[in-house]
Amino acid sequence: MAPSEITPEDRFISRRALLAAGLGFAAAESLGSFAGEAFGQTPPNPAALIFKKNAAFSVQEPPNSYQDITTYNNYYEFGTDKSDPADNAQRLRTRPWTVTVGGEAEVTGSFGLDDILKPLSLEERIYRLRCVEAWSMVVPWIGFPLADLLQRFKPTAKAKYVEFKTLYDPKQMPGQSSGVLEWPYVEGLRIDEAMHPLTLMVVGLYGKVLPNQNGAPLRLVVPWKYGFKGIKAIVGIKFVERMPHTTWAGSNPSEYGFYANVNPAVDHPRWSQASERRIGSGSIFASRRPTLPFNGYADQVASLYGGLDLRRNF
Amino acid sequence: MGAFGVAGVSLGADPVKLILHTTGTWALRFLVATLLVTPLKDLTGSLTWLRFRRMLGLYVFFYAVLHFSTYVFLDQDGKLSAIFKDIVKHPYVMLGFLGLLLLIPLAATSTAKAQRRLGRRWTRLHRLVYVIAGLGVWHYWWLVKKDIRPPLAYAAVFAALLGYRWGRRRWLERRADRGSASHGLQRPVELEQERLGAIPADARVGDRYAELERG
Repeated sequence: MAPSEITPEDRFISRRALLAAGLGFAAAESLGSFAGEAFGQTPPNPAALIFKKNAAFSVQEPPNSYQDITTYNNYYEFGTDKSDPADNAQRLRTRPWTVTVGGEAEVTGSFGLDDILKPLSLEERIYRLRCVEAWSMVVPWIGFPLADLLQRFKPTAKAKYVEFKTLYDPKQMPGQSSGVLEWPYVEGLRIDEAMHPLTLMVVGLYGKVLPNQNGAPLRLVVPWKYGFKGIKAIVGIKFVERMPHTTWAGSNPSEYGFYANVNPAVDHPRWSQASERRIGSGSIFASRRPTLPFNGYADQVASLYGGLDLRRNF
Repeated sequence: MGAFGVAGVSLGADPVKLILHTTGTWALRFLVATLLVTPLKDLTGSLTWLRFRRMLGLYVFFYAVLHFSTYVFLDQDGKLSAIFKDIVKHPYVMLGFLGLLLLIPLAATSTAKAQRRLGRRWTRLHRLVYVIAGLGVWHYWWLVKKDIRPPLAYAAVFAALLGYRWGRRRWLERRADRGSASHGLQRPVELEQERLGAIPADARVGDRYAELERG
C-alpha cells in the first residue's frame, strides 16, 4: 500500500493546524481556480480551505483514506460502477455555479454559489456515512449547517419540506444519458430535518475543495440517513408544502422510502441492514460491524420521529 | 473486472465486495463458456471443443465454491447464525446457494467413469446445468440495486444458448419427420439414439472423440 493511501490521524491533525494557521485559501477564490482541472482521476492538488474543526460534532472513529473516499462512490450521473465517478466526473465544470431557490420563502431567486458561501464559515465534521447497500465509511467533511443557509431565505409557515435538485446536463454527466434513474436526481427533507444542526451542506473533504466525484461543488450530508439522501451537485432548493417525490423512493417505492433513516431493525427487502462492512483497503477480515439505529446519531435525532412508525416510514 | 490484485496492487476500497463480484462473475462466465461448447462444435464441425467442456464445467464449480467461501468467511465473518438468517430471509442468497448445491452432483459425476456408469441418467442429471444457469442469473439480477443491464446480458446469452439447443432439436426432428415421410428414410441415428436414451448425447460424442483420438 502506498503511504499516500493512508492518513494517520496525527498527521492529518497537524495538517489541519497548518491550514488553520493561514496556509489555505479562502473558499470562494480557491473553488474557482480549481474548476478548470480536467485531467487525471482526482485533481492532483485540490485547493485547501479555511475551516475550523468541530469536535463536538465529530465521531472518534478513524476516517477512511482520501483515496477510498474519492474512488468508491455511488453517483449514477457518472455511471453505476463505484469507480465510474472518479473516472468520469472530471469534465463537470463547477464554476460558474448557480443555485436557484424557490417556493415557500420570502427570499427567492438565482444565486451564484460564491455569493451564497461568502457569509458562511466552514467547519470540519467527521461523520459516519452508511450506504443503503450495507457498507460504511467515516468521512471528514468540510461544510456548514444547512440551517445557516436556509434561514437566510426566510422560509414561510407553509414550508413543510425542502426539495433539492441535482444539475441535469448529460454532456457533463454522461450517466444521465442512461435511463437507470429518472433525471434530474431529486431529494428532500422535512423542514425540521433540514434545520437540524447535524444536517450539513458540504463543499470540502479532508481540508480541501470537494472533488467532483464526491458531489462538488455543493452537496448535502445527513449522517443519520442512508447515503442516497446526500444529494450531490445541487442546483435547486425549493421550499414546499407537500412531501417531495424523491428519486430513489420513486424508482422503487417498496425498497426505498422518503425518510431513509439508518435502521438495523428494518431490512431492505432483498438484504439485511443489521450490519455493515466498513470500507478500507487494509481490511479483508472481520470488517463487518453492527449497524446502529440512526447510524449512531439516535441521541440527537430520534426525537424528530416521535409517533412515527419507522417500520412503515422507512 | 480483471484479475485479482496481487502483491502491491490494490483491491480497492471494498476488497471483499470486489472478490465476491469477481468470483461470482467468473462462475457465470465459465458457465457461458461451458454451454458454448455444443454450438461451437456444430458451427465449426470440429469435435476439438468437447475436449474443454469438462474442465470448463469444473471451473464453474471452482469459482462458485470460491464465491460461497468469500461470502461465508470474508463477507459474513464466518458467523453461522447471521448466514443462516441471511439465507432464509433474503431470497437472492438462497438462489445462489441452491445453484451451488446443484453444482455438487454435476462436479461429482464429471469423470468419464461416472459418465459411463450412469449412461442415460448422466445426460438427464447434467441437464441441471440449465437450472443452475437460471438460478445464477436470477441470483445476480436480484442483488443489483438498480442497474440490471449486466445480469440482463447474462440472461440474454443463456436464453440464446438454450434457444439454440431447442431450435437445433426441432430442426433435427422436422428433418427426420420429413425424411421418413417423403423418402421413407430412417430418422437420423443420432437423434433416434438420444431419444431412446440408448446412448447419452455426451457419452456418444465423447466416444466418437475417443475414437478420433485413438486415430
